Amino acid sequence: MNLDLLQAAAAKNNWGAILPELLLGLLALFLLILEILLPKKRHGAIPAIAILGQIAILVGTLGNLRSGCLGTETFGGLLQHDMHGQFMRVFFLITSVLVSILGVPSLAKQQVPRVEFFHIVIVVTGAMMLLVQSHHFVMLFVALETVTIGFYILVSYFRSNPLSLEAGLKYLVMGALSSSLLLFGIVFLYGVVGNPELSLPGAASSAMDFTSIRQFLEAHPDNFLAKVGIVLVLAGIAFKIGAVPFQIWIPDVYQGAPTPVTALLAVGSKAAGFAVLLVLTGVFAPYRTLVVPVLSVMAGATILFGNLAALTQYNVKRLIGLSGVSHAGYLLVGVVAAYHDPMAVGAVYFYLLVYLIASFAVFGVMTYVCGENDADQELEHYADLAKANPFLAVVLAIGLGSLAGIPPLAGFIGKLLVFVAAYHAGLYVLLGIAIVGVVISIYYYFGWIKAAVFPFWSGKRAAEGVSQASPRLQVGFLFKLVLGGLTIATVILGVYQGGLILWLAGR
Amino acid sequence: MMLDHLLLLAIGVPLAVAALIFCGTPKRHSVKLAYLGFGLPALIALFAWVSFPENLGDRYAYLASYDTGLGALGIKLTLGLNGISLPMFVLAGVVGLAAGLYAIQSGAERLKIYLALLLVMHSGLMGMFASVDVFFLYFFHELALIPTFIMVGIWGGRDRNYAAMKMTIYLTLGAMLSLIGLIAVYVQSDAGSFSLIELRQTIQTAPFSITVQKYGFGLLMFGFGILVSLWPFHTWAPLGYGAAPSSAAMLHAGVLKKFGLYGLIQVALPLLPLGALHWSGWLTVLALGNILVVGFVTMAQRDLKQVISYGSVMHMGYAFLGVACVSTIGAGGAILMMLAHGLSVALSFLLATSIHHRTQTFDLNEMGGLAQKAPVLAAYFVAATMATIGLPGMANFWGELTIFVAVWKFSPWAAVGAVCGVLITAIFALRATAKVFFGPQSEALAKSSTFIPVVDLRWSERVPALILLAMLLLVGFWPKSLSTHLNGTLEAIYPAVESQLAAVAQK
Repeated sequence: MNLDLLQAAAAKNNWGAILPELLLGLLALFLLILEILLPKKRHGAIPAIAILGQIAILVGTLGNLRSGCLGTETFGGLLQHDMHGQFMRVFFLITSVLVSILGVPSLAKQQVPRVEFFHIVIVVTGAMMLLVQSHHFVMLFVALETVTIGFYILVSYFRSNPLSLEAGLKYLVMGALSSSLLLFGIVFLYGVVGNPELSLPGAASSAMDFTSIRQFLEAHPDNFLAKVGIVLVLAGIAFKIGAVPFQIWIPDVYQGAPTPVTALLAVGSKAAGFAVLLVLTGVFAPYRTLVVPVLSVMAGATILFGNLAALTQYNVKRLIGLSGVSHAGYLLVGVVAAYHDPMAVGAVYFYLLVYLIASFAVFGVMTYVCGENDADQELEHYADLAKANPFLAVVLAIGLGSLAGIPPLAGFIGKLLVFVAAYHAGLYVLLGIAIVGVVISIYYYFGWIKAAVFPFWSGKRAAEGVSQASPRLQVGFLFKLVLGGLTIATVILGVYQGGLILWLAGR
Repeated sequence: MMLDHLLLLAIGVPLAVAALIFCGTPKRHSVKLAYLGFGLPALIALFAWVSFPENLGDRYAYLASYDTGLGALGIKLTLGLNGISLPMFVLAGVVGLAAGLYAIQSGAERLKIYLALLLVMHSGLMGMFASVDVFFLYFFHELALIPTFIMVGIWGGRDRNYAAMKMTIYLTLGAMLSLIGLIAVYVQSDAGSFSLIELRQTIQTAPFSITVQKYGFGLLMFGFGILVSLWPFHTWAPLGYGAAPSSAAMLHAGVLKKFGLYGLIQVALPLLPLGALHWSGWLTVLALGNILVVGFVTMAQRDLKQVISYGSVMHMGYAFLGVACVSTIGAGGAILMMLAHGLSVALSFLLATSIHHRTQTFDLNEMGGLAQKAPVLAAYFVAATMATIGLPGMANFWGELTIFVAVWKFSPWAAVGAVCGVLITAIFALRATAKVFFGPQSEALAKSSTFIPVVDLRWSERVPALILLAMLLLVGFWPKSLSTHLNGTLEAIYPAVESQLAAVAQK
């Protein structure tokens, strides 16, 4: 790429196409400036400004869903804007708003700086939004690294807690490994597609552009180096979504990370991984005979591992991490099915949306129930939650019920759509595994609900002489509003979906 | 106008009342509202019965359709009644009313939430039998199932935690298997719809292939079978009913459990007749397991509630035998049997709880002579026993008689086994009655009545019992009021079944 090309590209750049991301970046900088300018006693306003700013950007993006640049490529083919990209933008904005809201009570329990947390969350969100719209491996890698580096800091944010630091270190090592695998894969593909020395006809000049890679792969459906590259790229993404065999980091990192960050990892990072995976499976479609078995084996193993491992957990953060692994498995089934059934794409996106809503309901309750040590959240801390705060208990039960896929909650519709798509695609073995997984998952989700709702431990506690009067948890009004909203959304989406599913399927 | 949405009203009103109670209606008003929530569906059911059109054929009465956003998948909330669903709909309305009235007077702890959960369950039950769409059939079943788990967990008796967990896991497994079976039916037919009307039309021209029928019916048979406590998958039932609070047990054993059999008769047999034929040998053996094995187990019980619970599992065997015949008369008998059994088992659970209030025990060896103190209770219980045994004049008689006739045509050996079941029933039911009410007054009763005088059945308990008993007698003396409608529908739907079977027999 010579200078003329760059200049031409800069002149043509349509900055309006990435307005939400630009605004997020400005908001993030603005927060830091505010911290310097505002007197110390006014710093309490900064989280509110961060949240309101994000909500404003969210509303703006929602109002501009059908923007003019849909279906076009901008920045010289680095980004491609489509309807799913718009959906994911909204998705990540909702995620970041909710993470910021969860951050307020969670940070209040710790002696750590406040403002930087919101700053990094916003930067990570912007990067994830760019990531899912990228149409070029360079863009993809840069955006992904921005996300990952943000997470390195966020995971170890509670720096006085050794478990948080341990989690940060583990995430750093594993993240670096996954990035290098991904990069290795990209290099292989680049080498094959763009290298004139290999004298393959159809070699492209911009060998990292998804369109040219796809064209090349179509022309050479049986290239060994390309296969290696594809598998390595998939492995790199599998790290992000926590699919077997790249899931080992999940329990420790989820436990150590501050609860809002765990939520961002569980929902945002995973969703970004799946959105990218859906784009890439489209790019790798000519090699579906390779991609389908790889992803299928991964999906089956992920469902089984996630559910079986979650069975034995008593720490709720590890539990939700491992149950998240199993959700990645169900989503992978949807991704595999997407080769046969266009509705499967809609199913995956819908599943992600309901996963977001239910997860944040659960994480919201977790931020309130946990004490000063954020990593120490055991199932037994939930005993008598129904007595201490019935509202939180109901929110928790409905959130977990949705994650378990119990009708009439939204999670069931998500699973149903994936199952129907899988049946259409003829993935009978995966369906069988998925059923086994759902039945296993009932045990631990229900066990958690049982711990919170059924008067189970009260007798035992009285016998041990532990004081009966558990402190009544106080929940702020706004926070109640948010949690109540998530709960109602879970119920409504389970009964009435309107045109959402069709829209997500791109019809 | 109202008539167009008659069935929606029967589903919506209990749900709306439950929502109002959850949202914090004061207790006085809650109880008043609960009368409305339990009463209105019963009135609508009776109205639907009285004004049910004659000569309906395979069409549905009170048909109404609502789009909830899954239209792209061919899922629409379609409500309607045919001759098969009418008796079950009436059953749900009547038992729901009785269980509701009994719950209102029960004085349970946290009565409001208890009533709200019962109302949710009731709404699910009404919806289940009013759904023409197979997806919503499943959906409403689950809606009714979830409150059961919670009620067992919170208000349950002995072993409630273990019982709730075991029930949940077993029933989820059954539900998932049947869900996959229903998805299979949906995907394999070219109707592109979950609506029974369209599915039936499609298979008239293009029946399912024999392989699909075999494994489709297998999935549905075992999935639905687990839900109905088919031997040897029945172990959750006695445990769960033993622990469940009385109104929940009445609704579950009386109505909800019938879902599986109803699904087999309404969905599986007409759509997959060859599959049914393939499995009918197996089903016969398992059904005889219910009747004979579980029958002997029932005889060995020493706990009144366990006798009723095991007895209800055992009687499901008759209905399964009716299904296994794969004939119009067998299916009709099974429906009549389910209606009668639902009423009689609900009456038995109700009276058992009333007995427990007076004796403070369920142990048959510690009871005796209650009839002297409570003659009215004794009279009701004897009537319930007569119904359980299937004496002429009670609804149960017609159900069992029809099934025996059908089974005799199908396999005389199975009929002999089934008739032995009547003997077993007579033994355990009469022995339980004798132990509780007759003979010398037991020491335990004498001791407890010195502190609290034993009073006879109060009117608040008598009214719900009377409703159930009246219904049993009404159907017992005038079965034609339901059987003509039932026959009409079965004869319109099942000839297609029999012609398919005949075509195979010719080959």
